[in-house]
Amino acid sequence: MRARSRFLPGGWLSVYAFLYIVFLYLPVIFLPIFSINTSPTPKFPLTGYTLQWYEDLPHTPALLDAAWNSLIVGISASVLSTVLGILAARSITRYRYPGRRAINGLIMAPLVLPEVIVAISMLLVMLQLGLSLSLFTVVLGHVLVCIPYSMTVLTSGFEGFDRSLEEASADLGESAFGTFRRVTLPMVAPAIISSLLVCFTISLDEFIIAFFLTGTEATLPIYIWGQLRFASKLPGVLALGTLLLVASFLLMTVAEILRRRAARRTQNEGGLYA
Amino acid sequence: MPDQPRIEHPRAERPQSEKPMIEIRDVTRSYGAFKALDDASLTIREGEFFSLLGPSGCGKTTLLRMIAGFDNPTSGSIAVGGQPMEGIPANRRPTNMVFQSYAIFPHLNVEQNVAYGLKRLKLQGAEEKRRVEEALAQVSLTGLGKRRATELSGGQRHRVALARALVMRPKVLLLDEPLSALDKKLREQMQVELRRLQQAVGITFVLVTHDQYEALAMSDRIAVMFGGRIAQVASPKEIYQRPVNRQVADFLGGMNFVKAEIVEESGASLVVDTLGFGRVRTDKPKAFVRNGGGATLGIRPERLRVLWDNATAKFEVAGKVVERHYFGEITHLIVEIPGLEKPLSVTETNDFGADDIPVGTPIRLAYDPEALVAMAD
Repeated sequence: MRARSRFLPGGWLSVYAFLYIVFLYLPVIFLPIFSINTSPTPKFPLTGYTLQWYEDLPHTPALLDAAWNSLIVGISASVLSTVLGILAARSITRYRYPGRRAINGLIMAPLVLPEVIVAISMLLVMLQLGLSLSLFTVVLGHVLVCIPYSMTVLTSGFEGFDRSLEEASADLGESAFGTFRRVTLPMVAPAIISSLLVCFTISLDEFIIAFFLTGTEATLPIYIWGQLRFASKLPGVLALGTLLLVASFLLMTVAEILRRRAARRTQNEGGLYA
Repeated sequence: MPDQPRIEHPRAERPQSEKPMIEIRDVTRSYGAFKALDDASLTIREGEFFSLLGPSGCGKTTLLRMIAGFDNPTSGSIAVGGQPMEGIPANRRPTNMVFQSYAIFPHLNVEQNVAYGLKRLKLQGAEEKRRVEEALAQVSLTGLGKRRATELSGGQRHRVALARALVMRPKVLLLDEPLSALDKKLREQMQVELRRLQQAVGITFVLVTHDQYEALAMSDRIAVMFGGRIAQVASPKEIYQRPVNRQVADFLGGMNFVKAEIVEESGASLVVDTLGFGRVRTDKPKAFVRNGGGATLGIRPERLRVLWDNATAKFEVAGKVVERHYFGEITHLIVEIPGLEKPLSVTETNDFGADDIPVGTPIRLAYDPEALVAMAD
């Protein structure tokens, strides 16, 4: 019974935990609720149920353009940062060399740098380089902020990768490329897919960097920002926001499942015999 | 060792070939100033179960990995089956390895693991299947082909690793501490099975282990290694009974050491004076090189027997029991002998009541001078 009480704290702790979760998620719950409300102004009491705001979405050309831009940026940024992340994660997890920790720290740093400052610095650099602002510059910016996430997912997938698996493959006659294709890749595939999904989600939702680095082409968050100026457009924004929320949630869930599977796959090996 | 006495090998069911399979010549492996392996030379014969035995860091795994092709000698040469291995990568060597972690591919099932190396040989489907089945049968895993790698017990993982290597029909099977992950009972069972399997397939096995009993139980010959050097290469019995130095003697179980003065040295024998055992004539070990006037005599604790009541023996020493430790089937007695700086340890089976000898009892011990082994100081 003692073990049980350690995991199910009664009284104040559970009240605290409940309030904590409410505080985190209450604002998010309002979005879907108001998005199916008939009244164009988001306030209680609710006036009725409608899916009209959702039906209107595909008939807004600017929105479709923004969605398309977001898709292009998201895919490019996630592929680029995952490829770079693979190389870095492999080096960090596989080799021991001086400065390894420092390099890891520097790669992870954008996670805690103030995003506005990063965005402004990137804008300055891009302009100095003579690049004109476009979706391409947004992609570059997103790669910078995505790599730490990509690294986190990939290192947890690569960590504990038993090096003797690759040696066993070579020992059984397989070439270096064959080993990569038949052993390394299948083992880390879940982590790679997970990284792609995480990066895509981050890029899809990212506003500040996109705002500074894009030219005339808007991504979805920038489009939403623009729409907020018109009160009448608010229900549409709420509907779009809900869809983004659901999409992000689904993508992150799948990514986490895959990340765990990848970690289990590589660590299993050690776990069982230890 | 041309005059390897046959009589020491009553269990070598398979006739031993004298043909060399692995020839290691003056191999050194340095990491900066540190020498993991220091000028090692060794010949492993065809069809032999050979063990590299030593404490961790003695270079045994380094040597095994160089035979497999995962590491290269800094200097010296390695040949397998008469073919020099220099410049030949691991994937083109006639050796296969059972890894310490087994390295079972977790994303493949048992059958796919075993067939992994065969895929490159581009065999006919039926032929490949037949060889996989045969390998699984050899390691008693028939019927488990579809089992997922993640659903295997430690013993089964060991068997899969074995089958996956054997299916390649290597000239040499390398085993890197394959039993260290198993619990005691399973390990002992696997030792017997591994020995049987080696006898059945007739492939040269090279086993790396730090467990002296494992090496003694399975091998035709053993190389004992310390600090990157090979200290002794001999049959298990010879290694155990005639260790070349105190280090080897100590590593292979308990040994009592007694200081001795050399009185007379001839080609094959030594006469020494000791305080506890008096003047003793012993065989002179082949590797014995005199170093001053002193030597060390060793005797295994189980080669000292308690003399009960009025029993006498031709050779005996008298002393007093100072400690007694009970181990179930045996009792360990610590016996102080006048004149010896360290008391002797004696192991005695409990059939006659050695477990009831009170501490402080005067006692006489019988020994066979044959069991005394001389080691240079």
